[in-house]
Amino acid sequence: MTLEELNKIKKENEELVMVRKVVKEKGEELAKHTQYRKQVLVCGGTGCTSSGSKKVVAALEAALKENGLEDEILVVRTGCFGLCSLGPIMIVYPEGAFYAQATPEGVAKIVKEHLKEGNIVKELLYKETVHEDGSITPLSETNFYKKQMRIALRNCGVIDPENIEEYIALDGYQGLYKALTSMTPDEVIKEVLDSGLRGRGGGGFPTGRKWMFAKASPGDVKYVCCNADEGDPGAFMDRSILEGDPQCIIEAMAIAGYAIGAHHGFVYVRAEYPIAVQRLSIAIEQAKKYGFLGKNILGTGFDFDLEIRLGAGAFVCGEETALMTSIEGNRGEPRPRPPFPAVKGLFEKPTVLNNVETYANIAQIIYKGSEWYSSIGTETSRGTKVFALGGKITNVGLVEIPMGTTLREIIEEIGGGIPNGKKFKAAQTGGPSGGCIPSEHIDTPIDYDSLLSIGSMMGSGGMIILDEDTCMVDIAKFYLEFTVDESCGKCTPCRVGTRKLLKYLDKITQGKGTMEDLENIDELAKHMQKSSLCALGQTAPNPILSTLHFFKDEYIAHIQDKTCPACVCKSLIRYEIIADKCKGCTLCARNCPVKAISGTVKQPHVIDADKCIKCGLCMSNCKFGAIITK
Amino acid sequence: MAENSLTFQGTKAQEEQLMSVIEQNKNVPGALLPVLHEAQEIYGYLPIEVQQMVADGLGVSLSEVFGVATFYSRFSLTPKGKHKISVCLGTACYVKGSDKILAEIENQLGIKSGECTPDGLFSIDSCRCVGACGLAPVMMIDEDVYGKLTPKEVGKILKKYMDEEGGAK
Repeated sequence: MTLEELNKIKKENEELVMVRKVVKEKGEELAKHTQYRKQVLVCGGTGCTSSGSKKVVAALEAALKENGLEDEILVVRTGCFGLCSLGPIMIVYPEGAFYAQATPEGVAKIVKEHLKEGNIVKELLYKETVHEDGSITPLSETNFYKKQMRIALRNCGVIDPENIEEYIALDGYQGLYKALTSMTPDEVIKEVLDSGLRGRGGGGFPTGRKWMFAKASPGDVKYVCCNADEGDPGAFMDRSILEGDPQCIIEAMAIAGYAIGAHHGFVYVRAEYPIAVQRLSIAIEQAKKYGFLGKNILGTGFDFDLEIRLGAGAFVCGEETALMTSIEGNRGEPRPRPPFPAVKGLFEKPTVLNNVETYANIAQIIYKGSEWYSSIGTETSRGTKVFALGGKITNVGLVEIPMGTTLREIIEEIGGGIPNGKKFKAAQTGGPSGGCIPSEHIDTPIDYDSLLSIGSMMGSGGMIILDEDTCMVDIAKFYLEFTVDESCGKCTPCRVGTRKLLKYLDKITQGKGTMEDLENIDELAKHMQKSSLCALGQTAPNPILSTLHFFKDEYIAHIQDKTCPACVCKSLIRYEIIADKCKGCTLCARNCPVKAISGTVKQPHVIDADKCIKCGLCMSNCKFGAIITK
Repeated sequence: MAENSLTFQGTKAQEEQLMSVIEQNKNVPGALLPVLHEAQEIYGYLPIEVQQMVADGLGVSLSEVFGVATFYSRFSLTPKGKHKISVCLGTACYVKGSDKILAEIENQLGIKSGECTPDGLFSIDSCRCVGACGLAPVMMIDEDVYGKLTPKEVGKILKKYMDEEGGAK
């Protein structure tokens, strides 16, 4: 393929894809140049597929056929739009009408009234996009999207991930072309270095330096690897990028290969992500067909090939040396560093390993230049970061923000606040390796260093919002249970240390802890941080240390007062019926599995604390809110 | 393996399929993991007999195969139920009460996570994040995802599968 051919494909598809990027009038003008009057985008990411987007697409296609519209309306199945809690999501362009929680029935109505007759079905739109006077705002103007800046996610929810020409339409493979034809490997590395891009997998190591070391290592055979073993529970940005824009990873890995002198790459992806694996396989096939992978790429004599390797459910394989050991076909145990992978990595050859989100930035950095990229973000953290926003927050989903955005902006503006009028308590970032940011630090700008300075970490991008109903000791215990499960067992500090830490937490949540336990936790945690073999063990104590730092009073309440202030820890709570509110409907008594509730009809009931097993069934059944925990 | 130790019932066709997978991967560096993935796809689990075939086919020791098969949580050495229930215990789901969902399923089926019902109909496992955090709490039964669950709904969903089975008989 030559530049002329690449630009020809770009030109042929540009208008079709740009209809989805520009708003209203301009889009309508553009749409006239394409063969389709309107385009319907339906999210085919995991979130929306789980809430039924396949049925929606089937219903849509059937309804279009029935109305004879299949030649005028284009249906595109895209990757994630980000607003996962509103799925399945459907957007109609050029007007940008955003239909949330689409159903097959709703779709039939939309096809008839909107697509055929031209009247937007307002009652099915996402309510934030409809104004009182009946006018609608496009999605890009909503609070959720306004403060975001999409670089890594630039194509997610815009293009059809199974169609390489749509990727090319939005500057796809221009970065690779530029690197191969007008830059030396050293210039490519310098560009990445100057951009200030740091590893998005959690470590935050400067990407350009990693490449520089790998290039400097002698050897004919080198490898480029992509870490798509996203194991942090509650983080799903890597999956969304692979599902929504797989070509950008292929392009970036080819650029990395050129920079360090490698001709072979591996993408290590979780087997739990079937849609991502499938789209990436299709993307690799298409890239080969169009000549972006294989021999003599773009006629420059550069060869590069990619293959996919499936993980098999081991969190530790997200650690770089463990990941490589796993690709080699072994138990995925980490090994001591040095030697670092850049010197001696996969199959003992110099290797560059980057995370999916890191790669997602590369093609744009090369194409648009490091100056553009480094103008975004803060002094030490350039660019943007994608977060998977979850937990007790209204807009659960995927957000990409410039570094330096405050937590308050993420929660209150983008996230739409905490549901049910509850109070914000803390945000957990960095998953099992990270810590929490309490409400007093809500104005902290999010970047690598400010998060470290308050005892948390950027992590790979999971951000779980916790409200007042969350017990911080219980959350620390949750993460410890996870690391106990996932510790590979190779080194003692991690294997034994995580178990001992969990034992202390078990004691405390059962009301049997002592103040001395807190001191022991602190000491043990420090030993683990220093002496564990890999980051899993070194960071495993973080969830305890940070909750202990910010919420010590909660630990003390569990230990000294034998109470759980958030009413979560079972051993420390009891269920009670408020006599004034109880109507004596007997529903709780009938549902109690251990017959712990007694009382006569129309009289307030009583719970026998000795019999109660604290299953909570009575509370979830009570229609009058008469049952509380203390 | 006490209650789950069934006698191995692999067929000739399955064996041929496995042999062809081994043949294709024989010279691929790091072939063991991809082969075990395929083997589990063919047999549904990785009994010792299958591990032995993989070991012989790839020319590695059985202990090495066993070591890898037991390291990764996705590989199972015991058979799974006809319907595989998987409750997400990822952070987003946990914060929204997925532990209660798991407890309810265990209670209704009378088995614990990691076990299979005596009739072979259901097995329960927990997993860490299926990536559908917007629907938390979530469980999967085979390939179907059930989101925004409450303990109350669990019974209804399980009954659907039981009824299907009753109808099939």
